Amino acid sequence: MIDKFREDALSVLEAVPSGASLAVGGFGSSGRPDTLLDALCDLGRRDLHLIVNNVGSDFTGVGRMLAEGRIRRLTASFPVLPEFYDEYFAGKVELELIPQGTLAERLRAGGSGIPAFYTPSGAGTMLSDGTFPLGYSADGTVADRMPERETRDFGGRQHVLEYGIVADFGLVRAHQGDRKGNLRFHLSARNFNPLAGMSGRRVFAEVQHLLEPDELHPDDIHLPGVFVDDVLLASGTSPKQPTIARFAP
Amino acid sequence: MTETIGTQTGSTRAVRGLSREGIAERLARDLRDGFVVNLGVGIPLLIPRFIPVGAEVILHAENGVLGLGPAPPPGSEDPDLTDAGKQPATLVSGAAIVDSAMSFAIVRGGHLDVSVLGALQVSRHGDLANWYVPGKNPAVGGAMDLVAGAREVWVVMEHLDRDGRPKIVEECTFPLTGRRVVTRVYTDLAVFHLADGRLRLTECAPGVSPEAVRERTAARYTEDLGPASSPV
Repeated sequence: MIDKFREDALSVLEAVPSGASLAVGGFGSSGRPDTLLDALCDLGRRDLHLIVNNVGSDFTGVGRMLAEGRIRRLTASFPVLPEFYDEYFAGKVELELIPQGTLAERLRAGGSGIPAFYTPSGAGTMLSDGTFPLGYSADGTVADRMPERETRDFGGRQHVLEYGIVADFGLVRAHQGDRKGNLRFHLSARNFNPLAGMSGRRVFAEVQHLLEPDELHPDDIHLPGVFVDDVLLASGTSPKQPTIARFAP
Repeated sequence: MTETIGTQTGSTRAVRGLSREGIAERLARDLRDGFVVNLGVGIPLLIPRFIPVGAEVILHAENGVLGLGPAPPPGSEDPDLTDAGKQPATLVSGAAIVDSAMSFAIVRGGHLDVSVLGALQVSRHGDLANWYVPGKNPAVGGAMDLVAGAREVWVVMEHLDRDGRPKIVEECTFPLTGRRVVTRVYTDLAVFHLADGRLRLTECAPGVSPEAVRERTAARYTEDLGPASSPV
């Protein structure tokens, strides 16, 4: 019998190695899977590639990972946190800046078996012409740039080729989840969560309420359990950290 | 109709245009019943209070809300319901929640009637620069999707920047958000329309002369002022 519920987050997240790519749900702190992010911090994971819309505005969740120096690359549309940019310009973390709709569709496509698609978003801009700095050197010079996108005209308009994202892992937060992994989200906390759940090869879901099978009506399931591998209970709070405190190299 | 070249003489003659609320109110008069609209940050967020009585305008927030309502009263905020600025929000009757991919399918698929955004610069061909000042912290959010996908892109901004330089220019010098995407510009001094790559001045704000607009605009445009919008 399928039962995807796991009691202990730390033992389950042991499966995530340092260096992994993680598709993460949430929009700011709304719907962000802080229990899972905290567990990865507690496990000491590093060199992570986070694919998440934004860092947030404080040192919780993705911000904690940043403060602890665990992020190698951020793929995002709106990082926000000023300390993130300090790290970016200092050459300590890479930034792949993606239009928000393109980011959402890349996650959806990656989880849907669609390797790439054309979109008008970003055509003729720095985010598609190969000029945007992906990362800096310690001396402040540009070390690497985001690759130039292939382009093609459809209906007389330029479109850019964007690739689907298949992440090693997906980290999701849901309002309700059952033991089969079926998830239901609440209001705008849904945002990127179904897409992070589609993109990850293995997907962890923290849920605020654990339900038994059939408590969720089949019509009311936002992300079916076929996308979800492990269901954990979300914890209440996450620790706050006031300053950037990087690990010694 | 003759083509006017904005002379951008940097005239020191004082001109009093609309307040930020006044610009928002002027734009809101052009929102029609049944429109689905996305509002960016800044002056656009002042617009909802001026939507004409009797016009039902559905507000879209890119984090997955169709039918965004006003901010909730203190004490009734729900962390699971925010607007695109991550502020607590409410829903209006008939609202719907979608995920981020569906939200941008609405944007890119042409299902938004109007995207209203602020700008650093607008070019006479409708190029928009509003996401990045080189040397500052880059962040794009949904701006590039909104200008690429909405049926109309209305820019709402001050006519001049903080240093008194025109923001309507021949070519944008800031990095672009999109090429040939802007269809209207509402400023404290004037309203411009863009179609087929041509910029037209259609209205001056009360008390603002066409000459005052010319002196503060650094792009070529035609004057197409109706009698109703003549300066007082």
